[in-house]
Amino acid sequence: MGVNFQRLDGRGTYDYRKITITFGIDRGCCHVQIGDTRVMAQVSCEVTTPKQTRPNEGLLYVNAELSPMAAPHFEAGRPSQQGVELGRCLERCLKESRCIDTESLCIMSGMKVWAIRVDVHVLNHDGNLIDACSMAAITALTHFRRPDVTVSGEEVTILSVEDQDPIALGVHHMPICVSFAFFHQGKYLLVDPNEMEERVMDGKMVIGMNKHRELVTLQLTGSMLLHKDQVLRCTQIASTKVQEMTKLIEEALKNDVHERATGGQFGSASSQDPSHVTSHVTTEKTMEEVDTEALRELARETVLKGRETDRESPGMTRAPDITLLGKQTGRIGEGGLSSWDVEDIEESEEDDVEMIADTNVKVVRETSHISKCLGIDSSEDSEEDVTETLAAHHLGVHESSRGASGDTTIDLTTALNQQKRPAPGRERGKVKR
Amino acid sequence: MAGMELLSDEGFRIDGRRPNELRRIQCRMGVFAQADGSAYIEHGNTKVLAAVYGPHDIQGSKGRAAVHDIAFINCQYSMATFSTGERKQRPRGDRKSQEMTHHLKQTFDGAILTHLYPHSQIDIYVEVLQSDGGNYCASVNAATLALIDAGIPMKDYVCACSASFIDETPLMDINYTEESSATPQLIVSILPKSEHLVFVEMNSRLHEDQLSRVLDIAVKGCSDIYHILDRAVKEHLMEASIPLSSDT
Repeated sequence: MGVNFQRLDGRGTYDYRKITITFGIDRGCCHVQIGDTRVMAQVSCEVTTPKQTRPNEGLLYVNAELSPMAAPHFEAGRPSQQGVELGRCLERCLKESRCIDTESLCIMSGMKVWAIRVDVHVLNHDGNLIDACSMAAITALTHFRRPDVTVSGEEVTILSVEDQDPIALGVHHMPICVSFAFFHQGKYLLVDPNEMEERVMDGKMVIGMNKHRELVTLQLTGSMLLHKDQVLRCTQIASTKVQEMTKLIEEALKNDVHERATGGQFGSASSQDPSHVTSHVTTEKTMEEVDTEALRELARETVLKGRETDRESPGMTRAPDITLLGKQTGRIGEGGLSSWDVEDIEESEEDDVEMIADTNVKVVRETSHISKCLGIDSSEDSEEDVTETLAAHHLGVHESSRGASGDTTIDLTTALNQQKRPAPGRERGKVKR
Repeated sequence: MAGMELLSDEGFRIDGRRPNELRRIQCRMGVFAQADGSAYIEHGNTKVLAAVYGPHDIQGSKGRAAVHDIAFINCQYSMATFSTGERKQRPRGDRKSQEMTHHLKQTFDGAILTHLYPHSQIDIYVEVLQSDGGNYCASVNAATLALIDAGIPMKDYVCACSASFIDETPLMDINYTEESSATPQLIVSILPKSEHLVFVEMNSRLHEDQLSRVLDIAVKGCSDIYHILDRAVKEHLMEASIPLSSDT
């Protein structure tokens, strides 16, 4: 979080990532994506005997599954602490808020009731599982249709979907969870923490609410101390967020109903871009918004400093180069020259030194003598860059060598010699010029 | 529980209390000889025993998750099979008690000065003997007394209290009947001196506008409990110090 209260992925403190809701071909299957977090919920039903204490109420089971597919630290088998927490939170959110009309699920009092089961699977974990799971679960429940039944005497007949239109569940209200992450003992608060933020947060508060501004669950996790005002502030933020999310869900449901009625494209498969069948759906990233100027400056200074100290210590022959391979990736050093295939060095045309134009920093990308630089051609342009870059560096560092030689070409040679590289390729380059 | 009147027209609750009244709290410290600290507490009909061992070396498989620069708090919440109206099949290990264990650990992680005991473990064992609502609250209060008995440094007492909201009236310290009907339930544990919230949990439906009032009454309940616990601790110390003073 910077001074201007911007997060690493460019969001503001109270911003959600992009939320996408899609449905499966079958009723009761819902797929929710918040940023890179992906969750799938599937609702199913069966006929069972009711509990003795509540003979005319149907049952609702909520189950959350954290499969190892979602993140490397999730283990298969017995649910972890996080799994139990997630499951209980969903249970409280859906079951104890009585959002589903369980009495309408009764077929024969004390004998037969419908048991509705919601299975929530986490497909990819990038933080804020609870919000995604609660949205998926309640949307799937609203989307679900159970088969109709007829009762004649003691006999119960479940009518097939072809004979009789299936029936929607009675959904009283739609509870949705909103998570808040706290940092510095509650001094900073973020909505919708991603995985990185979750790793460093002090604690988390989950608020479950419906659009009528009724709280259904509220839970504080993590060891931190809060004041009453902070809790109240969070509920206010949550109520606006829940309004937006409910609107989104209603929109998605309406859209699905429309598509099904008109025979259009529906189901999650149709929502995927066929040219792009990867698990990692790259949503629009707002990486550009983050100001990395300071980082670049730091990188530049490190490079320059590294070179300077390198000069001072005679033991080292090679400056540690920070190599920027592209946006947000970098590498320090290459582990020296390969002493294995000496022929290879001679075979390679020349050391190709290229400057990354947009950074405008004298960061040198050296792709020398190794086959990994196949893609880069040594055009005349890059030769130009060689001269400029190296000259700029070594001129700055060595005033004396500049005084001795007036010509830039000679300067390049001295600079190269100072670097004590195997010369053949370089010499050739110079000859070319 | 439909049709049952949880709050009468005269403003009395089902067990005869007023809305802002706690149940009778009785407590004793030092009930076990083997444990480093122990306590027994009754909130009305809810009865809880707590025992604390430690700080000692990290033991067992749970301790593998411990962070080594602070003490590892190990909690175990268990309900006696005879504690509820219907006999319980498993005293612990079901989802609800796993969750409760987790909540207790979290509460005391925030309240115990864990950084004073690196590379060590503190065990808190809680056993519910009779359950009549407010199990979490009674467990936290019992564990606080047991920790004080064990002499483990804490930021403050940790006091927990529940609250509900029926007929436009916030209720303090709800019992099982009030808990199991479709009423909102708010559980809070605080550090009474600073009134910092260590743990908050809410179930069932409550309108946002009412939250502040319900939270207030829960916090009020916590501070009432604090005075009771504090007095109990002082009495216990007096009793414990009398034989010492008579010796010298």
